[in-house]
Amino acid sequence: MATATHIDAHAHDDHDHEHHETFITKYIFSLDHKTIAKQFLITGIIWAIIGAGFSAIFRLQLGFPEADLSWLRPLLGKWIQPEGSLDPQFYLALVTMHGTIMVFFVLTAGLSGTFSNFLIPLQIGARDMASGFMNMLSYWFFFLSSVIMFISLFLETGPASGGWVVYPPLSALPQAMDGSGLGMTLWLTAIVFFIVSSLLGGINYITTIINLRTKGMTFSRLPLTIWSFFLTAVIGVLSFPVLFAAALLLVFDRSFGTSFYLSEIYIGGEALPNVGGSPILYQHLFWFLGHPEVYIVLLPALGITSEIIATNSRKPIFGYKAMIISMLGITVLSFVVWAHHMFVSGLSPFLGSIFMFLTLIIAIPSAVKVFNYLTTLWKGNIVFTPAMLFSIGLVSVFISGGITGIFLGNSAIDIQLHDTYFVVAHFHLVMGAASSFGLLAGVYHWFPKMFGRMLDRKLGYIHFWLTFIGIYSVFFPMHYIGIAGFPRRYYSFTNFEAFSGFTDLNAFISVAAILTFFGQFVFLFNFFYSIFRGKKAPLNPWKSNTLEWTTPRVPGHGNWPGEIPTVYRWPYDYSKPGAAEDFILQTVPFSETMDSNLPHENDMIAIEKEEMASEIVIDESKGH
Amino acid sequence: MFGFYIVLAIFLVLAILLLIFRVSRLISVVKGSEEKSITASNNVNAILMVVFMVLFFGLMAWYSYAYFDSYDPPVASDHGIITDKLFWRTMWITGIVFVITHILLFVFAYKYRYRESNRAEFYPHNNKLELLWTGVPAIVLTWLVISGFAAWSDITSNAPEDAEQIEITGQQFTWLIRYGGMDNEVGAYDYRLIDATNQLGVDFTDKNNFDDFENNSIVLPKGRPVLLKIRAKDVLHSVYMPHMRLKMDAVPGMPTQFWFVPNKTTEEMRIEENNPEFNFELACAEICGTSHFAMRKVVTVLEPEEYDKWKAEQKSWLSKHPDYMSQVPENLKELAVVTAGINE
Repeated sequence: MATATHIDAHAHDDHDHEHHETFITKYIFSLDHKTIAKQFLITGIIWAIIGAGFSAIFRLQLGFPEADLSWLRPLLGKWIQPEGSLDPQFYLALVTMHGTIMVFFVLTAGLSGTFSNFLIPLQIGARDMASGFMNMLSYWFFFLSSVIMFISLFLETGPASGGWVVYPPLSALPQAMDGSGLGMTLWLTAIVFFIVSSLLGGINYITTIINLRTKGMTFSRLPLTIWSFFLTAVIGVLSFPVLFAAALLLVFDRSFGTSFYLSEIYIGGEALPNVGGSPILYQHLFWFLGHPEVYIVLLPALGITSEIIATNSRKPIFGYKAMIISMLGITVLSFVVWAHHMFVSGLSPFLGSIFMFLTLIIAIPSAVKVFNYLTTLWKGNIVFTPAMLFSIGLVSVFISGGITGIFLGNSAIDIQLHDTYFVVAHFHLVMGAASSFGLLAGVYHWFPKMFGRMLDRKLGYIHFWLTFIGIYSVFFPMHYIGIAGFPRRYYSFTNFEAFSGFTDLNAFISVAAILTFFGQFVFLFNFFYSIFRGKKAPLNPWKSNTLEWTTPRVPGHGNWPGEIPTVYRWPYDYSKPGAAEDFILQTVPFSETMDSNLPHENDMIAIEKEEMASEIVIDESKGH
Repeated sequence: MFGFYIVLAIFLVLAILLLIFRVSRLISVVKGSEEKSITASNNVNAILMVVFMVLFFGLMAWYSYAYFDSYDPPVASDHGIITDKLFWRTMWITGIVFVITHILLFVFAYKYRYRESNRAEFYPHNNKLELLWTGVPAIVLTWLVISGFAAWSDITSNAPEDAEQIEITGQQFTWLIRYGGMDNEVGAYDYRLIDATNQLGVDFTDKNNFDDFENNSIVLPKGRPVLLKIRAKDVLHSVYMPHMRLKMDAVPGMPTQFWFVPNKTTEEMRIEENNPEFNFELACAEICGTSHFAMRKVVTVLEPEEYDKWKAEQKSWLSKHPDYMSQVPENLKELAVVTAGINE
C-alpha cells in the first residue's frame, strides 16, 4: 500500500489542472473516460430497471389474463381498463418499449458505452480516449435520446407500440394505431440521437485502439476484451448509419408524404395516394443494422467473459488467435445474414436459400468460441468470483440460445417457428441473457477499478443463482410454447383453440420472470451500497495480468501517475510453469522471468534490451 | 388499511434482511475469516453447478417426455411432414451437442475448482483441436443446410397449374377470403376501387372476376394443391396456419403467395385428436395493431368430393351484388351475366 500512496501523491504533482475542476466538469460534463463510463453504466442501470419492469407488467397479463390489475392503477392510470385488465394497446406499447430499451439503451449503451469507455484506455495503456470531447458528446447525445424516449412513455396516445422493429406501414400511419402517432415520432427522434451517440462513441473507440496503444502493446498482445470492443465498434460504425437511413426515410413517409415504404394502402375508409413503395425495403434496411446489432451487444459480453474466464481459471485463454479469428469471422458474417429475419416476408425464395447458407456458417465461429471456453476451464484452478459465475452462466445461455439459432436459420424450419415464442426464447437467451450476464460479469469484475471498493461477494453469489435459475425458468419453457406454435406479441391466447393450452406454464414463466426481476434488487443494493461502504479494494484483487491493475486504486485523470507502463507480453500468462506466482503482469519483461520463458520468448530478451536502452524513463509500476 | 399493512410488512422484511447483511459482514470482519470462507464458498458454488445441471437436465427430460403431446402440434400438410422431420432431426443433433457441452461446462467447473495446492495447466493453444471443432460443426451444418435447402426449394417452387386459387387479404382486424370460382382464377383488383361493399377493390373490367365468390371461412380440399394468394389492405399481416406449418406475410402493395397440400380433413383430425370441437385455424403472426391477437378464421378441410360440391353451391359475389354490374364494361356484360350466374 505504500506504493499506492506514493503514486497518489504523484498524481497531484503531474496533473495540477485537476485542481481547477468544478463539480460540473468533474461529474457532469466530464471529459474523463472513466466518468463517462460510469455515466453510461448508471443510465443503463436505470433503463434496465424500467425495461425489465415493463416485462414484469406484461408477464402479469400473459400469465394471469383474468387477474384484476386495478392495484397497478396508481402507476399506469388509464392504461388499466375500468374492469381492471391491461389495455391491449398498452400491452403492445410495453412489449415495444421493453425491446427498444433493452436492445439499445441497456445492452448497447449500457454495455459498450460502459466497458469500451472504461477499459479501452486502461487496458491499452492510454491517458484517455482519442477525443475526450467527442466522448462526452457521445454520452450527452445518449442522454438526450434517453430523455426523449422517457418522455414518450407519458404521452396521452402512449409510446410507440408497433414492436421494437417498428415495421411500416403500421409505424408510418397514425390512423393504424395510437402508438404510431406522437409516440412513434419521439421514438424515431430518440433513435436518431442514439445513432449519433453510438457513432461518436464507435469512431472514438476505433481511433483510440489503433492510435493510442502504449509501447509494446501490439495487436497480438491486446486483451480479448479490447479486440471485442474494437470489432463491435467497427460493426456499429458500419451498420448504424443504415438504421439512420431507414429511420430518416420513415420520417419522410410519416411527415412529408413520400412513399418509400408505402404502397396501395386503404385504411380508415380512404385509399392513400402512396404507390410504388415497399415495406420490405424498410425490413432490409432495418435488419442490416438489426442483425449486426445482435453482435454489437454480444461481442463485448464475449470479450469480457474471455478475460474473466482466463483470469479466474488461472489459465491462458485457450486458442487466443482462434478467438480473434472467430470474432473476425462473426464480424464479417454479421453483415451478410440479415435477411434470415425475413424468410417469410415475401422475400425471393432464392435469396432465402442464400441467407440460410450464410446464416448457418456463423454457427461455426460461435461453436469454436464455446469449445475454447470449455478448454480454458479444463484443468484450470477455478476461483468462483461472482464475475466468474456470470461468465460460466454466459457460456451456458450462449450454448442454449445458440443452438436454437440453427433451427431458425434454416428457412424450411423457420416457416413454422417464425414469430413464435421459440424465437422469443432463442434471442432472449443468446442475446438478452448472454449480454446481460456479460454486463453483470463486467461490473462484478471491474467494480474495484471503477469505484476503488469491492462488491459484497456473498450477495453476488445470491444474485447469480437467483438470476441464473430465474433466466432458465423464464426462457427455457418458452421453447415448448414456441414449438406448440404460439405467436409472439399476443395480448391473449383465448381466441384460438390452437393456442389455448399452457396456461399453467405461462403462469409459471410469469412468476419466474417477476421473481427474477425482484432478484436484481439484490444487485442494485450491493452496487449502490458498495460504492460508498464497500471494502476498500486491493490494487489487483483478482491477480490479473492486464494493464488496468497497474493503476492506483482510484486512477486519477490520465490514469497512470508518471509514465505509461510498457508492455512486454500477451495478457494471458497465467500459471506459467516455472514462474513463482500464477500470474505475470503484461508489464513484466521476459528478462525478469528467465525461469518461465518459453524458447521463443528468450529470443525476445535481446529486443527488449535494445528498447529499454533507448528509453529514458523507467517504468515505475514494475516490481510490485 | 390493508395496503398500509402490506407496505409495513415489506418494510420490515427489508429491514431484517439489511440487518442480517450488516451483522454477517461485521462477523466476517471480526473473525477475519475472509480467506478461509473463499475456499468454502468456492466449494459450495462448484457443488451448486453440478446440482443445477442435474436438476436442469432432469426437469427438461421429464417435461419433454411427459408433455410431448401438448407441445407437439399435429401436422396436416404434405410439406409440414417434411419440415417437422427436419425440425426433429435438428433437435436430435443440437440436443446431443447441448447435453455434451453442458456436461463439460458444469463438470469442469466442479472438478477443477480452486484448491490451494493445485496449479492450473498452462495450455494456451492446440491447432489440431481448433481444426477438429471447426471441421466437425462445418460438416454437420453442411448436411443440415443441404436438407433444409432441398425442402425449402420444394416448398417455394411454383404452384402446380391446377392448384385451387384462394385469395387471402389481411386488414385490421380480419381476413377476407375470395375464391377463384369456376375458372379457378382470382381476378384483378385495384385498391382505389375499395368501397364499403366491394371491400377487396375487385376490378370488374377483368372477366376473371365475374365468377369469383367470397366466403367467411377458409374451406380447402384434402390432397389437392392449394395456392394462397396473399395481400394486405392496410398494414403488414401474416397468414399463419399452425397445423399446416404455413406462414407468409401479407404485404400492402406486394402480393405474396404460398402453396401447399392439406392432407387431413377436419373430420379426420377430430377423430385423431379425440376432440369433436377441433378446427384448423388461421391466425395473424405479424403485429398489426391493437387486436392483432384476435384475427382468427376457421379453416375447414373437406374430402375432395365434398369440396367440389360445396364450391359448386357457392354464389358469385357479383350475383349477390348486382349493382356492380354497372362497373362491367358494355362488351362484357353478357358474359358477366352468364358466368356470375345472375338470374334476370
